[in-house]
Amino acid sequence: MYLELCDLHVKYGNVEVLHGLNLRVEEGEIVAILGANGAGKTTTLMSISGLVRPSSGGILFKNKPLHALPSHRVVDLGITQAPEGRRVFGTLTVLENLRLGAFTLKDRQVVKNNLRWIFDLFPRLEERRSQLAGTLSGGEQQMLAIGRALMANPEVLLLDEPSLGLAPILVRFIFDTIRAINKSGVTIVLVEQNARAALKLARRGYVLEVGMVAMENTAAALLADTAVQNAYLGGAETRPAGLS
Amino acid sequence: MRRPGEDVPMIEFFQQLSNGLAVGGIYALVALGYTMVYGVLKLINFAHGELFTLGAYLGMTLLLSFGLSGILGPLPAVLIIFAMITGLVGLSGFVLERAAYRPLRQSNRLAAVVSALGASIFLQNAIMLFYGPNYQVYPEETRVTITLSVLGLDIPLMRILLFLASVLLMLAMYLFIHKTKTGTAIRAVATDQGAARLMGIDVNRIISLVFMIGPGLGGAAGMLLGLYYGQIRYDMGTLYGLKAFTAAIIGGIGNIPGAMLGGILLGVAEAMGAAYVAPAWKDAFAFLVLIVILIFRPTGLLGERVADKI
Repeated sequence: MYLELCDLHVKYGNVEVLHGLNLRVEEGEIVAILGANGAGKTTTLMSISGLVRPSSGGILFKNKPLHALPSHRVVDLGITQAPEGRRVFGTLTVLENLRLGAFTLKDRQVVKNNLRWIFDLFPRLEERRSQLAGTLSGGEQQMLAIGRALMANPEVLLLDEPSLGLAPILVRFIFDTIRAINKSGVTIVLVEQNARAALKLARRGYVLEVGMVAMENTAAALLADTAVQNAYLGGAETRPAGLS
Repeated sequence: MRRPGEDVPMIEFFQQLSNGLAVGGIYALVALGYTMVYGVLKLINFAHGELFTLGAYLGMTLLLSFGLSGILGPLPAVLIIFAMITGLVGLSGFVLERAAYRPLRQSNRLAAVVSALGASIFLQNAIMLFYGPNYQVYPEETRVTITLSVLGLDIPLMRILLFLASVLLMLAMYLFIHKTKTGTAIRAVATDQGAARLMGIDVNRIISLVFMIGPGLGGAAGMLLGLYYGQIRYDMGTLYGLKAFTAAIIGGIGNIPGAMLGGILLGVAEAMGAAYVAPAWKDAFAFLVLIVILIFRPTGLLGERVADKI
């Protein structure tokens, strides 16, 4: 198994927010994680990145335990994250932000190549390379957050709400870019409120409810599921079956 | 033809300015330690003033022992010992963080403040027990006592060297923070520790490093002060620490150029206040500057309220 979360329990203080989560990710796929606010989506990603410690259960990456490693070792192993709220370093320039993304890399040539790749994915970032990240628009900050996470050459990219607060045209651009990143060989775990767009992009999906997996299926099956449609997709997209 | 009386006020002014710049350089070096630690941990290291004192005393001890100044001559000896002090006090800062702050990282803010105050009292008393409560004197041969006369000004050479040394250290510091990968990582940790960890930065290592650089500079400043004034006392860290802390706040706490600017400004303001108002009011003048600046710029001269992280 590539990336696997087994019976994961996470507590904040005395409050348990994940009650035995089971989730697996296969190499090369896009997995969508859906769910309401407070369902535990962000906590799940933060556990993988090592910023949150599980109280029990485990996370395995290529059969090696991840949950006991410090967060910088997780990056070393090839898992990076563009976190919720983007969290770019506002007082640093775009270029400094990107270079920090490659903090664990030693080879300057590799860093240079990665930078070229990011600037090809997001030409806007190249235009604004010397600008302070805090002065970028929301969409540009999201590009920076994703670009920064890619600078370390990750095998797995964790994306937390990349479309949050963006204009529809930008959302489409971000989702197209995610598809392109995946095509280039990066496995992607995508947490999204925009469930329809996420499921159209993903191969498989998980629906979380109050810290547990409520549903797990292929993305196509989840899109067609009436319960999912009513809860997360704002009702059916297609016309009722009787009229078609 | 100039009449003799006309230039005297100007000479007096520049004389005070040079004195203010020298003392301000020391404040600035010490202020850097406060501001860097605050930047990454949001903690005021109240023991920082004592690390400054430690630098002054260790400098004296090393100058007096081993007879280095006899073997190498006073100047190389002072330079070598100066570098050693930066390292030794930096090491003390590293140990201080491990012993007094890291165990309390997860507890509330007040616990860390109390621990900082405790560390300050402990260090000050340890220095007193070891060196005694009286003034100690720096060895005469290591102090530069030449006075230069330039354009009617009498400036001790030591004052110029002191200012140059502090400016050089600050410049090195600035370049390190802004031009190196590690320096960028320090700034990232100061902005958002969680995001820094997502970049693969080992935040604990960065914190240890900051606790070596800040105290290292503070210890260097302590030795510079010893060389400048010639005498030191176990409790001098309290007032110098407080002044440097004030300087850090004037510049905007957490802001590195701000600490440098605040230190220099405070030194000059103090010297001017002492010369033109009353010498006895020197310290009051320093804090008056703080109050006035905080009324008009609550976040300090260079500190800004960074836009909310959404």
